[in-house]
Amino acid sequence: MTASVETTPREGVEVRLENLQRRYGAVTALNDLSLTLAAGELVALLGPSGCGKTTALRLLAGLEEADGGRVVIGGQDVTGLPANKRDVGMVFQSYSLFPHMVAWENVAFGLQMRKVGPAERKKRAIEMLDLVGLAGYADRYAVQLSGGQQQRVALARALAIRPKVLLLDEPLSALDAKVRSRLRDEIRRVQLEVGITTLFVTHDQEEALAIADRVGVMNAGHIEQLGPPTLVYTRPATPFVAEFVGLTNRLPGTVRRGVVEVRGTELPLVQADEGEGPAIALVRPEAVSIATDGDLAAGPLVGTVIAVAFLGATSRVTVDLGDITVLAQMPTSAAAASPAGTRVRVALRMDPVLIAREEKAPVEA
Amino acid sequence: MSRSRRAKLQLFRVVTFVLLGAFFLGPIWFMFEFSTRGVGENSPRTLDAWKEIGTYPDLVAGIVASLQLAVITSVGILVVLVPTMVWVRLRLPRLRRVIESISLLPLTIPAIVLVVGFSPMYQWMGINLSDSILTLSLAYAILVLPYAYRALDAGLAAIDVKTLSEAARSLGAGWFTVMWRVIVPNISSALLNAGLLSVALVLGEYTIANNLLYPNLQVEIVSLGRTNAGVSIAVAVASLLFAFVLLVALSFVGGQRGGRRRTRERLVQTFGRDFSGGTR
Repeated sequence: MTASVETTPREGVEVRLENLQRRYGAVTALNDLSLTLAAGELVALLGPSGCGKTTALRLLAGLEEADGGRVVIGGQDVTGLPANKRDVGMVFQSYSLFPHMVAWENVAFGLQMRKVGPAERKKRAIEMLDLVGLAGYADRYAVQLSGGQQQRVALARALAIRPKVLLLDEPLSALDAKVRSRLRDEIRRVQLEVGITTLFVTHDQEEALAIADRVGVMNAGHIEQLGPPTLVYTRPATPFVAEFVGLTNRLPGTVRRGVVEVRGTELPLVQADEGEGPAIALVRPEAVSIATDGDLAAGPLVGTVIAVAFLGATSRVTVDLGDITVLAQMPTSAAAASPAGTRVRVALRMDPVLIAREEKAPVEA
Repeated sequence: MSRSRRAKLQLFRVVTFVLLGAFFLGPIWFMFEFSTRGVGENSPRTLDAWKEIGTYPDLVAGIVASLQLAVITSVGILVVLVPTMVWVRLRLPRLRRVIESISLLPLTIPAIVLVVGFSPMYQWMGINLSDSILTLSLAYAILVLPYAYRALDAGLAAIDVKTLSEAARSLGAGWFTVMWRVIVPNISSALLNAGLLSVALVLGEYTIANNLLYPNLQVEIVSLGRTNAGVSIAVAVASLLFAFVLLVALSFVGGQRGGRRRTRERLVQTFGRDFSGGTR
C-alpha cells in the first residue's frame, strides 16, 4: 500500500449508482435512484431535507446498506464492501476532526491506516495541509481552529488517502455566510487541482449552482432533473425544480391552444401538450419587467410597488397587482426609478413557462 | 444591598462548608484518634495498631483480595460497557432507553436483595467452576453498573460518536481501531471516572461479600473489630482515605484534560518539537 500512495494516478474514476433502493421502515428514502458521475466530475445533489440526498451519499460511502441496487466505483462493484474498504474520502456537515489529535495527525490518520511510515505520513500530511492553505496550522488542535479551518483540515484529511471518490455532506452548512462562499470556491479549486470525482450534497441552491459541473435536483427519493446549473435554472424540467431552484412567481392563468394566458398576456409553454383549463404559470422574477410610462390608470398588469429589496447589483421589486403580488428582479439602477408607492406597468417576457396544476409538485417515479 | 447580599451568601457558603466538612471529616478523625490510643488510662499516643496491620494474615489477604477485585471489576465493566454503549449509540439508538434502565436498575435494588438472588448462583459456581473470592467481581460488576454507565454516558455525550467513527471508518479504520484510537482517547476522563468510582465502591463493599461468605477487606475489618478494635479501625481509616484520595485525584485528572493539551502545545511552541513521543 505504501507504494500505491505515491503512484496512484490523480485522474478521477467513474462512479455509478444503479437503481439504489433504501427504506426506513415505511418511509422510502431512495426510490430506484440511478446516477453516473463522470471521471473528475463534481455533481451536486440538491434538494429539501428528507429528499434522500444524504442517504444516496451514505450508500455511496458504505455507511449504510442499500436495500437494492449497486454501487460501482471505477468499474469495481463495491456494494458489499464496508466503509473502511471503499477508498472514499468524506467531509461531514458537523465538525469531525479527532479532538485528541492536532491538525497534521488528523490528516495523517488515514495514511497510518494504510500503513504508511511515520516520516512519510507527516510529510504527506503537511503537503495536504499546504494544499488547503493551512500548512502553518499543522500543530493546532481542532478547538484552536475556526469552523472554516476545521472543514479545510477535514478536506485535507479526506484527500490525503488519495481516495477514488470525494464525498461532501453539506460541508458548508455549519459556517457563516462569508466563510461559506470562500470555502466553497476553495473546495472547487482543490477538487479541480486533484481532479477527483466528487459528490456534493447540499440543500442550498446557490451553493449547488455555483460549484457543480452538474446539479441533480432531488425530491422524494428520486432525481427530478440532472443537468448543468444554467440549464437547471433556466429550463427547469418540472414544476418542483422550478420552485425549488430560484424564486418563482405563481401566476394564475388559463391554458388554451398551446399557450397560457396570464392576465392578458399569452406565454408559450415548456410542454406543449398541457391540458386546457385553469392553471398556475411559474414565472421567474427575471422574466418580469416594470415600466413607469404609458397608461397607468388601470389594467390587469398595472399595480403599485410595495417593496424594493436591494440585493447588490440587482434589486427585487414587489408589485401589488390588486389580487396578487408579483416579484420582479432587475438591475438596481432600473429599480431605483420606481421606489415603493410608484404606479407601474408589469410586463412578462415571452419565455416558455412551466405549469403547476396542484399546490404540491406531482411526485412520480 | 447587593454587597450585603453577597456577604450573606459568602457567610452561608463558609458555614455550609465547615458544617459539611466537620460532618465528613469528624468521624474519620475520631476513628484515627481511637486507632492511636494506647492501652489503659493516660497512656501516650501510639501507632502500634497501624504497625500491627501486617501481622494479621487474614486481614492482609482481605486487603489483597479487595484490591484485586477492584481492578478486575473496574477493568471488566469498562471492557463490557464501552463497546456496548458505543454500539448502541451508533446502530441501535432505539435500545438506548432500555439499556439505560437496565443499567440503572441495580441502584434501586438493595444489596441484601441482590444477595438473595446471587446466593444460588454462587453456590452453583462454587461447586462447578471456582470458589475463588475473585468470582465476586461478577456480582460487583452488577453493583457498579449504574455508576459506570452514568459516567460513561456523560463522556460519550460530550463527543459526536457517530460522526467521529464514521470519519474514521471512511479513512480506512476497522471497528477495533475506531474504538481504541478514536473513541477511547476522547472519553479518557469518563473512563477514569467510571473506573475510580468502581474501585471506591468495591473497596467499601460489605453486604454481598459477608452474606456470600467471602472474606474481603470490609468483612475482615468487621471480624477483626471483635478481637482487636484498634487495628480494625486503623484499616478502616486507611481504606477510607485511600478511596478519598482516589476520588480527589479523579476530580483533578478530569479537570486537567484541556490543560494537558495546552501544556503539550506550549512545549511544542517553545521547543519546536514534540516531547510527548510521536503520535498518540
